[in-house]
Amino acid sequence: MIEFRSVSKQFPGGTVAVNDFSLVIPSRKTTVLVGSSGSGKTTILRMINRMIDPTSGSIEIDGEDISTLQPVKLRRRIGYVMQNSGLLPHFSVIDNVATVPILSGMPKKKAREQSLALLDTVGLDRSLAHRYPSQLSGGQQQRVGVARGLAANPNILLMDEPFGAVDPIVRAELQAELIRLQRELDKTVVFVTHDIDEAFLLGDQVVILETGGHIVQVGSPTEILSDPANDFVASFIGADKGKRALTIRKTPRGEILVDSEGRAAGVLVPAQDGADR
Amino acid sequence: MNLLLDAIRWVFDPANYGGPNGIDTRSGEHLALSGLVLLIAVVIAVPFGYFIGHTGHGRGIIVPLSGGVRALPTLGLLILVALNVGIGVVAPVVALVVLAIPSILAGAYSGFEAIDRRVIDAARAVGMTEWQILIRVEIPLGLPLLIGGLRSASLQVIATATLADYVSGGGLGHFLFLGLQTNNYPEMLGGSIVVIVLALASEGLFGLLQRLVVPAGVAARQPKDVRLRPVRSQTALG
Repeated sequence: MIEFRSVSKQFPGGTVAVNDFSLVIPSRKTTVLVGSSGSGKTTILRMINRMIDPTSGSIEIDGEDISTLQPVKLRRRIGYVMQNSGLLPHFSVIDNVATVPILSGMPKKKAREQSLALLDTVGLDRSLAHRYPSQLSGGQQQRVGVARGLAANPNILLMDEPFGAVDPIVRAELQAELIRLQRELDKTVVFVTHDIDEAFLLGDQVVILETGGHIVQVGSPTEILSDPANDFVASFIGADKGKRALTIRKTPRGEILVDSEGRAAGVLVPAQDGADR
Repeated sequence: MNLLLDAIRWVFDPANYGGPNGIDTRSGEHLALSGLVLLIAVVIAVPFGYFIGHTGHGRGIIVPLSGGVRALPTLGLLILVALNVGIGVVAPVVALVVLAIPSILAGAYSGFEAIDRRVIDAARAVGMTEWQILIRVEIPLGLPLLIGGLRSASLQVIATATLADYVSGGGLGHFLFLGLQTNNYPEMLGGSIVVIVLALASEGLFGLLQRLVVPAGVAARQPKDVRLRPVRSQTALG
């Protein structure tokens, strides 16, 4: 469990990126921070591994105040995946993945073997192990980034718009892969995005942020969709109009769902058990 | 044309080799002096350059200072130092080190500054210490530009080291000054030719080295879509 208590961050120069932010991030769930640029979501994420230290307030991981921990040690036990992968260009794929275990003192051979297994986990062919990041596609690079994030077997995985720079088809693949991974690995994932569709797809808990890290609404996708806190949320998630504002239209062959533009969006089918979350 | 031929003949005349004033001995001195100067300059300039490149501090002071130093006339500095420490090899070493430092310093810090900030940010975020970032990321990735700085410093030093013999510091300047005094222009030009050959050899050597030190993954880089390369600042806002 990660807990933010009245956390604020003012950058030198006066910009208040986050103001009095409190949130509980449950373990073994995916929490998605979603908001537009300037909402402070990346700043909040980067405070968890002390890439940024808060100006005031405290952050606890499983009851431990992280300001008392050494940043380097803390970072090594938290996976971090960033946009554009952030891979080291002069390290081969396998060495990129093995970076953290080797830094933590694992023998190179063992770290490499373990990293090969991780390539399987993230759906990369082992033949890519000795390529360099520049020789991979954007999607492959992101997979390597995820593998590196998982390499130290962390409980917490921070993901900063990891799929923001890949094309929509690859993004959909990577999202599906992350859902599969999360089902297998059961990590505490904190995911930052500006894409509400991605937030609803991946998040068990979705946190909608406004400027300055102000929380507009926290809840499961179901709760947010069924009861948007205000007009801002309704328009942000597109519940007032567009493809999420669906109405039932009767046709001679049965009922279909149409969006606010009148385009066919789907059909109603009987509910499956456990489909609700 | 005759003068040039005479000069080339002078360079290849066996009578001009051997002994304390042979072309071979003087070339050796010249290279030893240049090598020593580069070594001292590296020891001074690289740590400063790495400090500036890694921390971003001190740029405002050290960079203009080293730029200003570039404008110092080496001959003037040489004589100034020689007046204080006497004739010999010390004064040219000091003057040439001052000449070499700016290029090496610039190579060191610009090598670091040219690295994509996101790479360094990621290295820090996965848990590298500042030393590990320096040694495993910044130094290898910055090496080609540092070697580039060394390359131009070496060229300048080899060319300018001819001044050393003005204060009895040895080297190929001997032939230039002696030729000038005795109106022996073939010797003077011949000495210059040897200096030019050494300078070109240094260019070739460092040029080759510069290619060799490009890390494998960077050399393999394909030209990328420039639209995907906005550099995110170190303290990115959400």
